[in-house]
Amino acid sequence: MLRFLKRLFLMLLVIWLAASLNFLLPRLTDRNPIEEVIAASMGESGGTMEGIEEIVASYEARFGLDQPLWKQYLFSLWDSLRFDLGISISFFPERVSTLVLQALPWSIALIGTATAFAFAIGTALGALTVWPGAPRFLNVVVPVIMVLAAIPFYLIGLMLIFLFASQLNWLPTGGGYAPGTIPDNSFEFLAEVFVHSILPILSILLASIGIWALSMRGMMVTVQGEDYMTFAKARGLSGWRRFWRYAVRNAITPQVTTLVLALGNIVTGAVLVERIFGYPGIGNLLFQAILVIDYYLIYGCVYVLVLTIGLSLMILDLIYPLIDPRIRAAG
Amino acid sequence: MNKPENVSHPTPDTGTKPATATRDALVSDWGTSSRRLRTVLLYLKRNPNLTVGLVLLAALAAVSLGGQLVLEPKFADPLANRPKLPPSWEHPLGTDSQGRSMLGVLIYGTFLTAKVGVIAGLIGVAIGAVLGFMAGFFRGWVDVVISTITDVLLTIPPLLVLVVVAANLATKLDTNQMALIIALLAWREPTRQIRSQVLIMREAGYLKTARLGGTSMMGIVFKELMPNLIPYLMASFVLAMATAMLASVGLEALGLGPQNEPTLGMSVYWAMFYGALLLGMWWWVLTPVLALVVLFVGLYLVSAGLDELANPRLRRRRQ
Repeated sequence: MLRFLKRLFLMLLVIWLAASLNFLLPRLTDRNPIEEVIAASMGESGGTMEGIEEIVASYEARFGLDQPLWKQYLFSLWDSLRFDLGISISFFPERVSTLVLQALPWSIALIGTATAFAFAIGTALGALTVWPGAPRFLNVVVPVIMVLAAIPFYLIGLMLIFLFASQLNWLPTGGGYAPGTIPDNSFEFLAEVFVHSILPILSILLASIGIWALSMRGMMVTVQGEDYMTFAKARGLSGWRRFWRYAVRNAITPQVTTLVLALGNIVTGAVLVERIFGYPGIGNLLFQAILVIDYYLIYGCVYVLVLTIGLSLMILDLIYPLIDPRIRAAG
Repeated sequence: MNKPENVSHPTPDTGTKPATATRDALVSDWGTSSRRLRTVLLYLKRNPNLTVGLVLLAALAAVSLGGQLVLEPKFADPLANRPKLPPSWEHPLGTDSQGRSMLGVLIYGTFLTAKVGVIAGLIGVAIGAVLGFMAGFFRGWVDVVISTITDVLLTIPPLLVLVVVAANLATKLDTNQMALIIALLAWREPTRQIRSQVLIMREAGYLKTARLGGTSMMGIVFKELMPNLIPYLMASFVLAMATAMLASVGLEALGLGPQNEPTLGMSVYWAMFYGALLLGMWWWVLTPVLALVVLFVGLYLVSAGLDELANPRLRRRRQ
C-alpha cells in the first residue's frame, strides 16, 4: 500500500509538472502559435496580412490569453486535469482530446500486443539460455537478440520495410489499413488491419525481446545458486518442474520491475515506429502535428502519453503483490 | 570526433589493475610501455564485448574523420551534386533527391551525431555526478529532495519532453543548441547510478578504515571515493552518451532537429518525407540507418564491456 501511495504521489507530481511545462514553455519563447498559423494559412490561400491583429486578438480572448498570468496558470492546470486540451489548429474544428482518443486505441493495441509477445519470448529465451541442457543454438541467438535491443525500434522498422515491403513485396509499407478502405467490423477489415500491423509489431518485438532476455538471464543465474534449487534436485524433481515451478517462478517477479523501467522507452520507441509506418496511432498524430507545429496537438499527444505511462506504472504497483507473495506478506 | 579515443584509452588502464592482481600477475609489470600494451591487449582478449564495441566505434570514427580530410563539407549540402544518383564511382553511396552526397552525409552526419552525444553526455554526467554524490554522501533531506526529483523525471520519456521543448524553439536550432536541450534531461540516470554507487562505497571497509585513521572529510572524498568512482563515471558517461544520441536522432527523425546541418537523423527524416523506399532509392535510407546501427551497437557493446570492468562479479558469473 505504501508503494502504491508513493507511486500515486509521484504520479500527481508528474501530472503537475507536465501541466506546468505546457503553461510555461510557450511563454518562455517569443513565438505566437496563433499568429503563425493564421499567417501561414493566409499565405497559402493568397490572402493579405491585413486585419491579422484583430483575428489574433479574438483568438487570444477565446483561449484566455488576455487574462492575468496567475489566472491563466490556474485555468491551464484545471484544463489539463479535465482533459480539455484545447482545439487543434491544423485539424481546425476538431478538439485535441477527440483526435487523441481516436488514435489512442491503435497505439495501445500495437504497443500492448508487441510488449506481450516480447515479454513472453524474451523471458523464455533469457531463462533457457542459462539453464543446463538447453538447446545449443540459444548461445548464438540470445546474444544477437541482446545486441538488437541496443538499436532504436524505428531503425529496425526501416530495415524491415526495406526487406519485406520494398524488396520482397510481401507486406504493405505502412498505414493501419489499405488506403480507400472504410473501417468497419467485418472480417476482411480485421484481416487487413492484421496484415498491416505485422511489420510494426515485428520491429518493436525484435528490438525489445533483448530487454527481457537480459534481465531474466541475470535473475536465473542468481536463482540457480539458491539452496531450494539444490534441495529440489536432491528430492529428485524432474528438470521440467524445477525449471518452471522453482527457477522461473522465482526469477520472473523482477521482470515487472524491468517493465516499469522500460515502459517509457518502449512507448517512445513505438511513437517513432508509428511515424515510420504511418500507423494511425498517437505517434503518427504527433508527427503530423509537428509538421505544422500545431502546438496544442503536440502537447495533447505528449500529455496523454505521459499520463498513460504514469497510469500503467500505478497499475503495475497494484498487481505486483499479486505475483510476489513476499511483498503481500510485508504489507 | 575524438569520442571513441576518449572513451577507450583510460578504460583499459583502469581495468587492468584488478585483472593484473589475479590472473596476469607475471605480466603486471607496468614499467615498460610494451608490457603495458600487452596487459591491455590481454584484458581486451578476455572482454570481447569491449573489444568488438571499440573496434566498431573506431571504424566509424575512421570513416568520419578520415573522410573529412578527403571530402569537403559542401558535398553534404543540398544542391551540391546531381540529385537522385544511384551509387557509382563518383558517388559511392549515391545522392538524395536534394543533391546531398550520401557519403558526405555519412562522414559529416556521423560526426555531428557523435558531437551531440558527447556534449550532452558530458554535461549529463557532470551534473549527475555532483547531484548523485551529494545525495549519496550527505543522505538526509538532500537525498530525499534529489532522489524524488530524479524519480519523478525518470518516469517521463525524455523524447516526449524534448519534442515539446523543441517544438517551441524549432526552426533555427543548431546541433550545439540541441545538445544543450538534450542535456536538460541527460543527468537523471547518472545521478541514480552515482548515488547508489556512493551509498555502497560509504559502507566499504576501506572507507571505515580511513575514517578511523582520522582522514579529513576532504581527504575521504578526494583520495578514497573519487578514484574508486572513476570506472563508474566512465560507464555512466557511455550510457548517457548513448541515451543522448538516441534522443537526438529521434528528434531529428521526427523533423525537429537542426534543418541546416546534415545529421544522420535528419536524413532519415527526409528519406521518409520523400518516400525514398517507394522511389527505390535504397541507398538514401540504408546509409544513415546502417551508420546509426553500427554506432548504437558499438556503444552498447562498450557499455556492456565497461559494466563487466566495473563489476568484476559479472565476470565470475560467466565462468
